[in-house]
Amino acid sequence: MRKIAIYGKGGIGKSTTTQNTVAGLAEWGKKVMVVGCDPKADSTRLLLGGLAQKTVLDTLRDEGEDVELDEILKPGYAKTACVESGGPEPGVGCAGRGIITSINMLEQLGAYTPDLDYTFYDVLGDVVCGGFAMPIRDGKAEEIYIVVSGEMMAMYAANNICKGIVKFAQSGKVRLGGLICNSRKCDNEKELIEALAEKLGTQMIHFVPRDNVVQHAELNRKTVIEYAPTAPQADEYRTLARKIDANKMFVIPKPLTMEELEQLLVKYGLAA
Amino acid sequence: MSEREPHTGPSPEAFREEIVKSYSGKVAKKRAKHILVNDPEVPAEIEANVRTIPGIISQRGCCYAGCKGVVMGPIKDMVHIVHGPIGCSYYAWLSRRNQAATGDGVANFIHYAFSTDMQEEDIVFGGEKKLAQACREAYAAFQPTAIGLYATCPVGLIGDDVHAVARQMSEELGINVFGFSCEGYKGVSQSAGHHIANNGLFKNVVGLDDTPVDHPFSINLLGEYNIGGDAFEIERILDLCGIHLVATFSGNVKYGDIASSHNAKLNVVMCHRSINYMAEMMEKKFGIPWFKVNFIGADSTAKSLRKIAEYFGDAELTARVEAVIADELAKVAAVRADVASRLSGKTAMLFVGGSRAHHYQDLFNEVGMTSVAAGYEFAHRDDYEGRRVLPSIKVDADSRNIEELHIGPDDTRFTPRRTPEEIETAEKKGFAWRDYDGMMAQMKKGTLVIDDISHFEMEKLIAVYKPDIFCSGVKDKYVVEKMGVPCKQLHSYDYGGPYAGFIGASNFYQEIDRMIGKRITRLITPPWKQQTA
Repeated sequence: MRKIAIYGKGGIGKSTTTQNTVAGLAEWGKKVMVVGCDPKADSTRLLLGGLAQKTVLDTLRDEGEDVELDEILKPGYAKTACVESGGPEPGVGCAGRGIITSINMLEQLGAYTPDLDYTFYDVLGDVVCGGFAMPIRDGKAEEIYIVVSGEMMAMYAANNICKGIVKFAQSGKVRLGGLICNSRKCDNEKELIEALAEKLGTQMIHFVPRDNVVQHAELNRKTVIEYAPTAPQADEYRTLARKIDANKMFVIPKPLTMEELEQLLVKYGLAA
Repeated sequence: MSEREPHTGPSPEAFREEIVKSYSGKVAKKRAKHILVNDPEVPAEIEANVRTIPGIISQRGCCYAGCKGVVMGPIKDMVHIVHGPIGCSYYAWLSRRNQAATGDGVANFIHYAFSTDMQEEDIVFGGEKKLAQACREAYAAFQPTAIGLYATCPVGLIGDDVHAVARQMSEELGINVFGFSCEGYKGVSQSAGHHIANNGLFKNVVGLDDTPVDHPFSINLLGEYNIGGDAFEIERILDLCGIHLVATFSGNVKYGDIASSHNAKLNVVMCHRSINYMAEMMEKKFGIPWFKVNFIGADSTAKSLRKIAEYFGDAELTARVEAVIADELAKVAAVRADVASRLSGKTAMLFVGGSRAHHYQDLFNEVGMTSVAAGYEFAHRDDYEGRRVLPSIKVDADSRNIEELHIGPDDTRFTPRRTPEEIETAEKKGFAWRDYDGMMAQMKKGTLVIDDISHFEMEKLIAVYKPDIFCSGVKDKYVVEKMGVPCKQLHSYDYGGPYAGFIGASNFYQEIDRMIGKRITRLITPPWKQQTA
């Protein structure tokens, strides 16, 4: 089983990209589990056709120690297995600790079955503290893909996430599999992200163009692959899925300094 | 001051050098500043109230222990709820053997432990609702006069707001509920917690009850926590003298006493370290002068009583105080002479607290013993060198983390008990206000003063100088006793007490006589010293 975590700046399209990629893999016959690691619990919405999932932490709170796997593991599009870790309301408690608790609970309940080809962790925002790094700690996730765009803050976040990966790569098996560029139609965006990838010592595994069909699919609580299977955008996600499946390039990234990052932007972004 | 070396063995300078040499570079440099050979005439600058060096085994406790465990916990008719996991809540139960009198319809909850017993789900989802529920349950079961809420480390990390819960519960329950952000990680020792407790009591309780105290000689006793019944003995003596005790901070005290403590005419301070903030703030806001006293030791008790009488300047009171002193000292004298006949010339070492390592030296002196080495766990430089060094103490980042209240005179209730002129006149006659000369001025030349002693240093001290008795706490007690030296706990008093006042002094002489005189280690040969054929 391949264990993959998707990170990236908040609002960059991690959940959308993850679910569409998972849909591409599942449609192709792969057995995939998605673990949403965001207290908002919206990482499996498109695969389940709505926010139908009761989270691991809510279940744990309501049921105490008597938690059954089928209460928290719901079947989604093309036999995907969907889990939401969940977490506290904004401003209270510790969501990071929640992710740790949740992943431990999934392990104890035997959610990681041998027939799985993939587990995807969709993780909130940046690596903000120990809890949010849980999926890349202790080998819970071994491959990281970072969703990024040509915007400065997205690249900055990607670089920060790389620092987190370096920390855990030294003591474990986690490696960076590549950057996924989710286009915001910035100037020279493809070249910029390719250059960033090169500096980091990785690859831009795919450039996902911007297309309104993604928005339409989301409004219908579906992935593009389910909502508009013949749309060109659906093929983009299928391509991304196959590239990930075929990927052999796993590296310990070399994070950039702030100056290097700014220089990149000047060279490719502003100089265009 | 005796010129002779107070102990046998290598010179203290050589000992100090030996210890420092045993450490690696940076540690040696740091520890050297905490270890001094004393000169009472010119106390040298000692390093204190800084971070303990990891790995050296410290005696220190945490901020929460200082706030909840030391200062707040003894207030008997309050319920003290620890917001945290159950491990921290062990200290919700007062392991320091504080006592409190019951009767007269006064509630006493100090033998209970109240905790929210936080579980993993409370950490993840936040524990404020559980804390509020704990307040409701505690109120329903006990109807306390007030409730204190104490934050432990995880509460600070997840951001539960104990103060918001306190406000909400005050409204809902109709009693005073107030919180303390005394997370264990704050500051470098329990000392930070004392300060936070002082601030909290001052902001939330002191001054709430303006009912006048109708007594000519009313005082508050600050920094006396009634371990082993010490406060009972001091209360007995003050009562005999006709001195009215409004509130003790905080042994055997009621919430209401503290609420009206600002009506007293004088504050006297026992444990300078844990409560001097309160004395300072009450003087600034209400005009109550303060000075240091010590009720540990019969002579010290007499001296303290005389100073209180001198403050009030009333002939009748003075006569009564003198009569009590004469009567009580006479009772102590026989025990003292008898014990001194055996203990005179013996040596003691004291490593404990922020005042105790100093106060108990008086008791040892009274039976002719010498304190050859001493130091505090968590005191500051002023407790060693005297308050004269206060302006030169540098405030580091760890101390800046602890709120410093800026207090001005109360608009309506600031009534100076002594005018500035009266204060000055008394001072010129040798009457010391706001005074504490510290431990070092009272210790003999050539004694060792060691701050925040490490286990290694302690074992070396015992091995090299072989004291007749060692005073500390439970963390090192049995290590010391395994070395064949009796160890008296001065946090909990082991199972004894009271040791304050006159009766307490007799108790202490006899206890030390018993411990030094009847050493079981002399009667057995341990296996490792037995001859094998």
